[in-house]
Amino acid sequence: MTTVPNIDNAAEEAALERELKALIADVLGLDPEQAAAFETDSGLFGHLPELDSMAVAGLLTEMEDRLGIVIEDDDVDGEMLETYGGLLAFARAKLGRA
Amino acid sequence: MIATWHPPARNGTAPAEELLVSFDRNRAVRVLVCPAWFDEANKLRRFTVEVMRRLDAAGIDSLLPDLPGCNESLVPLVNQTLDGWSSAMMAAAEALRATHVLAIRAGALVAPSGLPGWHCAPQSGPKLLRGMIRARIIAAREAGLAETSEGLMATGRNSGLVLGGWHIGADLFRALESAEPVLAPGQSAVDQSALGGPGLWLRAEPDEDAGQADRLAALIAESVGMSAA
Repeated sequence: MTTVPNIDNAAEEAALERELKALIADVLGLDPEQAAAFETDSGLFGHLPELDSMAVAGLLTEMEDRLGIVIEDDDVDGEMLETYGGLLAFARAKLGRA
Repeated sequence: MIATWHPPARNGTAPAEELLVSFDRNRAVRVLVCPAWFDEANKLRRFTVEVMRRLDAAGIDSLLPDLPGCNESLVPLVNQTLDGWSSAMMAAAEALRATHVLAIRAGALVAPSGLPGWHCAPQSGPKLLRGMIRARIIAAREAGLAETSEGLMATGRNSGLVLGGWHIGADLFRALESAEPVLAPGQSAVDQSALGGPGLWLRAEPDEDAGQADRLAALIAESVGMSAA
Protein backbone atom coordinates (compact mmCIF):
# COMPACT_ATOMS: atom_id res chain seq x y z
CA MET A 1 0.00 0.00 0.00
CA THR A 2 1.47 3.32 -0.99
CA THR A 3 1.04 6.42 1.07
CA VAL A 4 -0.60 9.32 -0.66
CA PRO A 5 1.18 12.52 0.42
CA ASN A 6 -1.04 14.35 2.81
CA ILE A 7 -2.07 17.72 1.38
CA ASP A 8 -1.90 19.35 4.79
CA ASN A 9 1.66 18.15 5.26
CA ALA A 10 2.69 19.42 1.85
CA ALA A 11 1.13 22.80 2.61
CA GLU A 12 2.86 22.93 5.99
CA GLU A 13 6.17 22.03 4.41
CA ALA A 14 5.79 24.78 1.81
CA ALA A 15 4.89 27.26 4.54
CA LEU A 16 7.97 26.28 6.56
CA GLU A 17 10.24 26.72 3.54
CA ARG A 18 8.67 30.09 2.79
CA GLU A 19 9.14 31.24 6.38
CA LEU A 20 12.75 30.06 6.53
CA LYS A 21 13.66 31.63 3.18
CA ALA A 22 12.01 34.90 4.18
CA LEU A 23 14.00 34.87 7.40
CA ILE A 24 17.29 34.33 5.58
CA ALA A 25 16.32 37.13 3.18
CA ASP A 26 15.69 39.41 6.18
CA VAL A 27 19.07 38.60 7.72
CA LEU A 28 21.07 38.88 4.51
CA GLY A 29 19.08 41.78 3.07
CA LEU A 30 18.17 39.76 -0.03
CA ASP A 31 15.20 40.18 -2.32
CA PRO A 32 12.59 37.46 -1.80
CA GLU A 33 13.36 36.09 -5.30
CA GLN A 34 17.03 35.65 -4.41
CA ALA A 35 16.16 33.80 -1.23
CA ALA A 36 13.59 31.69 -3.07
CA ALA A 37 16.46 30.32 -5.15
CA PHE A 38 18.11 28.76 -2.07
CA GLU A 39 18.67 25.02 -2.58
CA THR A 40 19.31 22.25 -0.09
CA ASP A 41 23.07 22.54 -0.57
CA SER A 42 23.23 26.36 -0.65
CA GLY A 43 25.98 27.34 1.80
CA LEU A 44 25.23 29.46 4.88
CA PHE A 45 27.57 29.83 7.89
CA GLY A 46 31.17 29.59 6.72
CA HIS A 47 30.18 30.29 3.11
CA LEU A 48 28.73 33.78 3.33
CA PRO A 49 31.23 36.20 4.91
CA GLU A 50 28.51 38.50 6.23
CA LEU A 51 26.86 35.65 8.12
CA ASP A 52 29.02 35.85 11.25
CA SER A 53 28.27 34.42 14.70
CA MET A 54 26.24 37.49 15.71
CA ALA A 55 24.08 37.30 12.57
CA VAL A 56 23.59 33.55 13.01
CA ALA A 57 22.57 34.07 16.64
CA GLY A 58 20.03 36.65 15.47
CA LEU A 59 18.74 34.24 12.86
CA LEU A 60 18.27 31.45 15.42
CA THR A 61 16.54 33.75 17.89
CA GLU A 62 14.17 34.95 15.18
CA MET A 63 13.53 31.33 14.15
CA GLU A 64 12.47 30.63 17.74
CA ASP A 65 10.02 33.54 17.63
CA ARG A 66 8.57 32.89 14.19
CA LEU A 67 8.37 29.09 14.37
CA GLY A 68 7.52 28.88 18.06
CA ILE A 69 10.41 26.53 18.85
CA VAL A 70 13.17 26.57 21.50
CA ILE A 71 16.73 26.02 20.30
CA GLU A 72 19.15 24.60 22.90
CA ASP A 73 22.94 25.07 22.92
CA ASP A 74 23.42 21.42 21.99
CA ASP A 75 21.15 21.76 18.96
CA VAL A 76 23.52 24.23 17.35
CA ASP A 77 26.23 22.48 15.37
CA GLY A 78 28.19 22.99 12.19
CA GLU A 79 26.04 20.68 10.12
CA MET A 80 22.82 22.49 10.97
CA LEU A 81 24.29 25.89 10.12
CA GLU A 82 26.34 24.97 7.10
CA THR A 83 23.64 24.73 4.45
CA TYR A 84 20.08 25.80 3.88
CA GLY A 85 19.12 22.10 3.78
CA GLY A 86 20.72 21.55 7.20
CA LEU A 87 18.77 24.41 8.72
CA LEU A 88 15.53 23.23 7.09
CA ALA A 89 16.02 19.66 8.36
CA PHE A 90 16.68 21.04 11.84
CA ALA A 91 13.52 23.20 11.80
CA ARG A 92 11.49 20.25 10.54
CA ALA A 93 12.81 18.01 13.33
CA LYS A 94 12.09 20.66 15.96
CA LEU A 95 8.55 20.97 14.70
CA GLY A 96 8.18 17.19 14.93
CA ARG A 97 7.91 16.68 11.20
CA ALA A 98 11.13 14.81 10.52
CA MET B 1 23.35 68.97 15.42
CA ILE B 2 26.19 67.39 17.43
CA ALA B 3 26.11 68.66 21.01
CA THR B 4 26.94 67.40 24.49
CA TRP B 5 25.04 66.82 27.71
CA HIS B 6 25.98 65.88 31.28
CA PRO B 7 24.46 62.90 33.07
CA PRO B 8 24.33 63.12 36.87
CA ALA B 9 27.64 62.39 38.60
CA ARG B 10 27.82 59.03 40.32
CA ASN B 11 29.78 58.01 43.40
CA GLY B 12 31.19 61.48 43.88
CA THR B 13 33.00 61.46 40.53
CA ALA B 14 33.00 64.49 38.27
CA PRO B 15 30.19 64.34 35.70
CA ALA B 16 31.47 63.13 32.34
CA GLU B 17 30.42 64.83 29.15
CA GLU B 18 28.32 62.70 26.77
CA LEU B 19 27.59 63.14 23.09
CA LEU B 20 24.17 64.12 21.79
CA VAL B 21 22.85 64.16 18.24
CA SER B 22 19.96 66.56 17.99
CA PHE B 23 17.56 68.37 15.69
CA ASP B 24 16.87 71.15 18.13
CA ARG B 25 14.96 74.24 17.00
CA ASN B 26 13.21 74.90 20.29
CA ARG B 27 9.89 73.62 19.02
CA ALA B 28 6.92 72.53 21.13
CA VAL B 29 7.32 68.79 20.66
CA ARG B 30 10.73 67.46 21.71
CA VAL B 31 11.33 63.73 21.44
CA LEU B 32 14.04 62.08 23.53
CA VAL B 33 15.38 59.06 21.62
CA CYS B 34 16.56 56.12 23.77
CA PRO B 35 18.71 54.19 21.31
CA ALA B 36 19.04 50.44 20.76
CA TRP B 37 21.95 48.76 22.54
CA PHE B 38 25.25 47.15 21.61
CA ASP B 39 25.32 45.43 18.23
CA GLU B 40 21.76 46.54 17.53
CA ALA B 41 22.80 50.14 18.16
CA ASN B 42 25.21 49.94 15.22
CA LYS B 43 22.70 48.27 12.97
CA LEU B 44 19.93 50.74 13.81
CA ARG B 45 21.96 53.96 14.06
CA ARG B 46 21.24 55.13 10.53
CA PHE B 47 17.57 54.17 10.78
CA THR B 48 17.35 56.10 14.07
CA VAL B 49 18.86 59.26 12.62
CA GLU B 50 16.78 58.93 9.45
CA VAL B 51 13.64 58.91 11.61
CA MET B 52 14.95 62.03 13.38
CA ARG B 53 15.49 63.81 10.05
CA ARG B 54 11.89 63.09 9.11
CA LEU B 55 10.63 64.31 12.47
CA ASP B 56 12.61 67.50 11.92
CA ALA B 57 10.90 67.97 8.56
CA ALA B 58 7.55 67.45 10.30
CA GLY B 59 8.32 70.23 12.78
CA ILE B 60 9.35 68.02 15.69
CA ASP B 61 12.62 68.32 17.66
CA SER B 62 14.48 65.15 18.54
CA LEU B 63 17.40 64.46 20.85
CA LEU B 64 19.54 61.33 20.77
CA PRO B 65 21.92 61.08 23.74
CA ASP B 66 24.60 58.39 24.05
CA LEU B 67 24.09 55.93 26.86
CA PRO B 68 27.07 56.36 29.21
CA GLY B 69 29.68 53.76 28.25
CA CYS B 70 28.31 53.40 24.68
CA ASN B 71 29.03 54.95 21.29
CA GLU B 72 31.35 57.98 21.81
CA SER B 73 31.17 57.89 25.60
CA LEU B 74 34.46 58.11 27.49
CA VAL B 75 33.32 56.30 30.64
CA PRO B 76 33.91 52.52 30.85
CA LEU B 77 30.95 50.36 29.81
CA VAL B 78 31.76 47.72 32.44
CA ASN B 79 30.86 50.17 35.23
CA GLN B 80 27.38 50.94 33.86
CA THR B 81 24.19 49.68 35.51
CA LEU B 82 20.56 49.46 34.42
CA ASP B 83 19.55 51.93 37.14
CA GLY B 84 22.38 54.23 36.10
CA TRP B 85 21.17 54.21 32.50
CA SER B 86 17.58 54.83 33.57
CA SER B 87 18.64 57.84 35.65
CA ALA B 88 20.85 59.07 32.83
CA MET B 89 17.91 58.98 30.42
CA MET B 90 15.71 60.68 32.99
CA ALA B 91 18.35 63.37 33.50
CA ALA B 92 18.68 63.80 29.74
CA ALA B 93 14.91 64.18 29.42
CA GLU B 94 14.96 66.95 32.02
CA ALA B 95 18.11 68.72 30.83
CA LEU B 96 16.96 68.67 27.21
CA ARG B 97 13.32 69.56 28.08
CA ALA B 98 11.93 66.49 26.30
CA THR B 99 8.15 66.25 25.96
CA HIS B 100 8.03 62.70 24.53
CA VAL B 101 10.21 59.60 24.34
CA LEU B 102 10.95 57.27 21.44
CA ALA B 103 12.64 54.11 22.74
CA ILE B 104 14.10 51.67 20.24
CA ARG B 105 14.52 47.94 21.06
CA ALA B 106 16.30 47.53 24.44
CA GLY B 107 16.17 51.32 24.80
CA ALA B 108 12.64 50.65 26.09
CA LEU B 109 14.22 49.22 29.28
CA VAL B 110 15.48 52.68 30.26
CA ALA B 111 12.78 54.96 28.77
CA PRO B 112 11.71 57.62 31.30
CA SER B 113 8.29 56.61 32.63
CA GLY B 114 7.23 60.23 33.07
CA LEU B 115 7.07 60.97 29.35
CA PRO B 116 4.43 59.88 26.85
CA GLY B 117 5.77 58.21 23.73
CA TRP B 118 6.55 55.05 21.82
CA HIS B 119 8.49 51.81 22.28
CA CYS B 120 9.62 50.69 18.85
CA ALA B 121 9.96 46.86 18.60
CA PRO B 122 10.82 46.70 22.33
CA GLN B 123 13.34 44.07 23.40
CA SER B 124 13.47 42.38 26.81
CA GLY B 125 16.65 41.89 28.84
CA PRO B 126 16.50 38.06 28.80
CA LYS B 127 16.10 37.98 25.00
CA LEU B 128 18.95 40.42 24.54
CA LEU B 129 21.25 38.28 26.71
CA ARG B 130 20.10 35.07 25.04
CA GLY B 131 21.01 36.34 21.57
CA MET B 132 24.40 37.68 22.66
CA ILE B 133 25.29 34.53 24.60
CA ARG B 134 24.31 32.37 21.66
CA ALA B 135 26.58 34.42 19.38
CA ARG B 136 29.44 33.91 21.83
CA ILE B 137 28.85 30.14 21.98
CA ILE B 138 28.79 29.86 18.18
CA ALA B 139 32.01 31.87 17.87
CA ALA B 140 33.65 29.76 20.62
CA ARG B 141 32.69 26.53 18.84
CA GLU B 142 34.29 27.80 15.66
CA ALA B 143 37.45 28.31 17.71
CA GLY B 144 37.18 24.79 19.15
CA LEU B 145 36.10 25.92 22.63
CA ALA B 146 33.13 24.43 24.44
CA GLU B 147 31.08 27.01 26.33
CA THR B 148 27.54 26.58 27.64
CA SER B 149 24.73 29.05 28.31
CA GLU B 150 24.57 27.96 31.96
CA GLY B 151 28.31 28.44 32.42
CA LEU B 152 28.32 31.84 30.74
CA MET B 153 25.23 33.01 32.65
CA ALA B 154 26.90 32.05 35.94
CA THR B 155 30.07 33.91 35.00
CA GLY B 156 28.05 36.93 33.89
CA ARG B 157 26.16 37.06 37.19
CA ASN B 158 29.30 36.76 39.27
CA SER B 159 31.90 38.78 37.44
CA GLY B 160 30.37 40.19 34.27
CA LEU B 161 30.95 38.97 30.71
CA VAL B 162 32.27 40.16 27.38
CA LEU B 163 29.55 39.51 24.79
CA GLY B 164 30.07 40.45 21.16
CA GLY B 165 32.93 42.72 22.27
CA TRP B 166 30.83 44.55 24.87
CA HIS B 167 32.02 44.19 28.46
CA ILE B 168 28.83 43.92 30.50
CA GLY B 169 29.39 44.28 34.26
CA ALA B 170 27.88 41.81 36.74
CA ASP B 171 25.43 44.44 38.01
CA LEU B 172 24.00 45.22 34.56
CA PHE B 173 24.05 41.51 33.64
CA ARG B 174 21.99 40.50 36.69
CA ALA B 175 19.51 43.32 36.13
CA LEU B 176 19.04 42.30 32.48
CA GLU B 177 18.13 38.75 33.44
CA SER B 178 14.71 39.96 34.52
CA ALA B 179 14.35 43.34 32.79
CA GLU B 180 11.13 43.71 30.79
CA PRO B 181 10.03 46.85 28.97
CA VAL B 182 7.07 48.45 30.73
CA LEU B 183 4.71 50.85 28.98
CA ALA B 184 4.10 53.84 31.21
CA PRO B 185 0.86 55.85 30.91
CA GLY B 186 0.79 57.62 27.56
CA GLN B 187 3.31 55.22 26.01
CA SER B 188 2.43 52.70 23.32
CA ALA B 189 4.32 49.91 21.60
CA VAL B 190 4.99 50.08 17.86
CA ASP B 191 5.44 46.57 16.50
CA GLN B 192 7.96 45.96 13.77
CA SER B 193 5.09 44.80 11.54
CA ALA B 194 3.69 48.35 11.64
CA LEU B 195 6.85 49.59 9.90
CA GLY B 196 6.24 47.43 6.82
CA GLY B 197 9.56 45.59 6.69
CA PRO B 198 11.86 43.25 8.60
CA GLY B 199 13.78 44.60 11.60
CA LEU B 200 17.07 46.12 10.49
CA TRP B 201 18.74 44.71 13.63
CA LEU B 202 18.42 41.28 12.01
CA ARG B 203 20.67 42.25 9.15
CA ALA B 204 24.13 40.76 9.06
CA GLU B 205 25.42 44.19 8.00
CA PRO B 206 24.05 47.62 8.96
CA ASP B 207 21.48 48.71 6.39
CA GLU B 208 18.75 51.28 5.92
CA ASP B 209 15.13 51.33 4.83
CA ALA B 210 13.62 54.67 3.92
CA GLY B 211 10.10 53.23 3.93
CA GLN B 212 10.39 52.08 7.55
CA ALA B 213 11.79 55.43 8.65
CA ASP B 214 8.92 57.18 6.81
CA ARG B 215 6.33 55.05 8.57
CA LEU B 216 7.71 55.45 12.08
CA ALA B 217 8.11 59.22 11.69
CA ALA B 218 4.60 59.54 10.22
CA LEU B 219 3.13 57.51 13.05
CA ILE B 220 4.80 59.74 15.63
CA ALA B 221 3.91 62.96 13.82
CA GLU B 222 0.31 61.84 13.49
CA SER B 223 -0.04 60.92 17.14
CA VAL B 224 1.17 64.36 18.26
CA GLY B 225 -1.14 66.03 15.77
CA MET B 226 1.44 67.13 13.19
CA SER B 227 1.78 65.86 9.66
CA ALA B 228 4.96 64.35 8.31
CA ALA B 229 6.49 66.34 5.48
